Amino acid sequence: MIALQGVSKSFDGGATYAVRDITLEVPSETFLAVVGDSGSGKTTLLKTINRLIEPEAGEVFIDGKPVHATPAHSLRRRIGYVFQGVGLFPHTSIAENIGITPRLIGWPEKAVRARVEELIDLVSLPRAYLTRRPAELSGGERQRVGIARALAARPNILLMDEPFGALDPVTREALGSECRRLHESMRLTTVMVTHDILEGVLLAERIVVMRHGRIVADGEPHALLCGHDDPAVRALMDMPRRQAARVRALLEERSA
Amino acid sequence: MNSRLRSALRLLPQYLGDHVLLSAAALALGIALSLPLLIAARRSAQVRWPVLAAASLIQTVPGIALLALFYPLLLGLSALTHRLLGWRLPALGFLPSLLALTLYSILPILRNGITAILNLEPAILQAARGVGMTSRQRLLRVELPLSAPMLMAGVRTSAVWVIGTATLATPVGQTSLGNYIFTGLQMEDWVWVLFGCGAAVALALATDQLLALIEFGLARRRPALAWLGLAVLLAGVGAAAAPLHAQSRGGYVVGAKNFSEQYILASLIARRIRATGHPVTERTGLGSSLAFQALAANELDVYVDYSGTLWDDVLHRTSRPSRQRMLRELRTSLRRRYGVELLGALGYENAYVLAMRRGEADALDIHTIAQLARAAPHLTLGADLEFFARPVWKALERRYGLHFRALRQYEPTFMYHALMSREVDVIAAFSSDGRIRADHLVVLQDPLHVIPPYDAVLLLSPHRAHDPLLRRALEPLIGAIPIALMRRANYRVDRPRHKRSPRQAAEWLAHAAHLR
Repeated sequence: MIALQGVSKSFDGGATYAVRDITLEVPSETFLAVVGDSGSGKTTLLKTINRLIEPEAGEVFIDGKPVHATPAHSLRRRIGYVFQGVGLFPHTSIAENIGITPRLIGWPEKAVRARVEELIDLVSLPRAYLTRRPAELSGGERQRVGIARALAARPNILLMDEPFGALDPVTREALGSECRRLHESMRLTTVMVTHDILEGVLLAERIVVMRHGRIVADGEPHALLCGHDDPAVRALMDMPRRQAARVRALLEERSA
Repeated sequence: MNSRLRSALRLLPQYLGDHVLLSAAALALGIALSLPLLIAARRSAQVRWPVLAAASLIQTVPGIALLALFYPLLLGLSALTHRLLGWRLPALGFLPSLLALTLYSILPILRNGITAILNLEPAILQAARGVGMTSRQRLLRVELPLSAPMLMAGVRTSAVWVIGTATLATPVGQTSLGNYIFTGLQMEDWVWVLFGCGAAVALALATDQLLALIEFGLARRRPALAWLGLAVLLAGVGAAAAPLHAQSRGGYVVGAKNFSEQYILASLIARRIRATGHPVTERTGLGSSLAFQALAANELDVYVDYSGTLWDDVLHRTSRPSRQRMLRELRTSLRRRYGVELLGALGYENAYVLAMRRGEADALDIHTIAQLARAAPHLTLGADLEFFARPVWKALERRYGLHFRALRQYEPTFMYHALMSREVDVIAAFSSDGRIRADHLVVLQDPLHVIPPYDAVLLLSPHRAHDPLLRRALEPLIGAIPIALMRRANYRVDRPRHKRSPRQAAEWLAHAAHLR
């Protein structure tokens, strides 16, 4: 379980806050989507979980233990992280990219190799890719490698920051479903940051809406779609419904 | 093949070897210093800014000045280490050259390295943190490997600079390919100058290509190529070091200042020591006052200087005793103050003389310096680079009331050209120079005896003052070289056609003076 208690972070010495007094619990094996406009603080919130950003106030706990009790690098080795810009290491092969965290931990070389092959299968890429460099892969393929890298050291927690942001819609949809599948088969606790509300609705079982560094809504997708007190949240959650209605109308118009 | 080219080729293994060793050592030291600076500077702007500013500042100091400045610095340090630790730092030759070139090599490496590290993609750096690397792991596994190609480009720039600038190590007593250039310039031997330039360019290009191979190997992640390039480079340095290793220690070091006569005499002295079966190193092209200080510090064992120069510039005397008395006083004073042994005079003088074209001297009716003083306000005086700073010039100016329209400085070779092409009207020439007669110059009389005698004298270092072998080898030279022979030997090297190398001229001189 991930728990945030009163977490605040300012990048300008307290004049404005990227996240302000956030308290949030994410039970184990939950798929949580954090949605909101850009600048709403969702990425900052995500990064406090694996200490890529250290909060000024408040505390983050994983399974009841404060994260700052563990050295940052060993904490991060236990938490999978998928980056917005993918961030594969261009000077090493796909196999080395995927196997990096197990190697840092000090797994035996044979175990690393076996795990790398298992993961390349799991993210549906051909094994021939293992010897290639990141530059030889397409954007979607690279992000699959990014996901494989995040999962390599068998973490219980997977953090994803706009993982599919730069992909075309088809690839985006396919990768989303695979992530959901991996989340279930590996029994992960997943936190995904996205500005695409539809993606959140379709993949997560719980959605947190952020604005100006605060949580303004928190609930199951169905509940949020059915209405909310805050008009801005209502407008946001209406969007997928309106889109769906327009698509349906378009289809019916043609068949009529 | 041309005999000058042949004589140049014979010296190539020594010159090239020394040049390679000096450049390689400076570059290696430069890299070793740049990397920690780079690592310290990568995160902190407070470190980055002053480090880059200092490196840039060093780069703006002219190469030859930087090399020259290390000499007094090391001399001071040497006195300090001698007092504190009982041993002396060598202030001449390899050490000052190495230090100056090392400083020169830092900027391109540092600047490229910092640019490379600062421009690494933020997404990759964040990923390195995100997968759980420590700061050290990020540096070694991500930042340095990704910066390596650009860092190598900096090393290449640096290598080319160092190899080029190393030619300037010659005047501070370090043998390099610059010996061809400086000697060639003095003797107006363009074959030698071109040969030296060509060799330095070839060395720089070859090094650059091998470093390019390493860079390519790093950029394309093909380690085999990088290793190959490195192996060939190291083999080259090893080959350069081989003759050095074979050279036995404890040989004699013969010095020479930077003009033809000095090269010839150094070759003559070296020839005589070698005949006794002992190894000899020649350190030629030294600045005038540098040579004496190097001898006093035992960095040279023997060289030839001139009594008037020692009298004025080393002992700072202003009196004008007779030739013989000056020699006697020099011998006792040099021994007392520096431990330097004046072995004896060679038999001729190489004095500063004021000389004019015969036609102009006749037309103006000038035969003495006193007569010159009348016409001087309409005339231009040309001299070598040191003359106007010498006491003898100050004395001439004062005693004869000389006021020229203009004063010009030249490399000695170009000074004669300037006179013949009427750019100057009077020159401060050297009395043993063959070109005075060849160019039909008039040497002006010095009725007030302001110019001191300039007897060529053999000087031995304090350590070698009582070396029986050296004395036995060199005593036959005392009184053995009349002025006519020295002029002819000099002219063999300086004449515009049918030039001979200093070594050939020394052979001729040995023959002509019946020194066997």
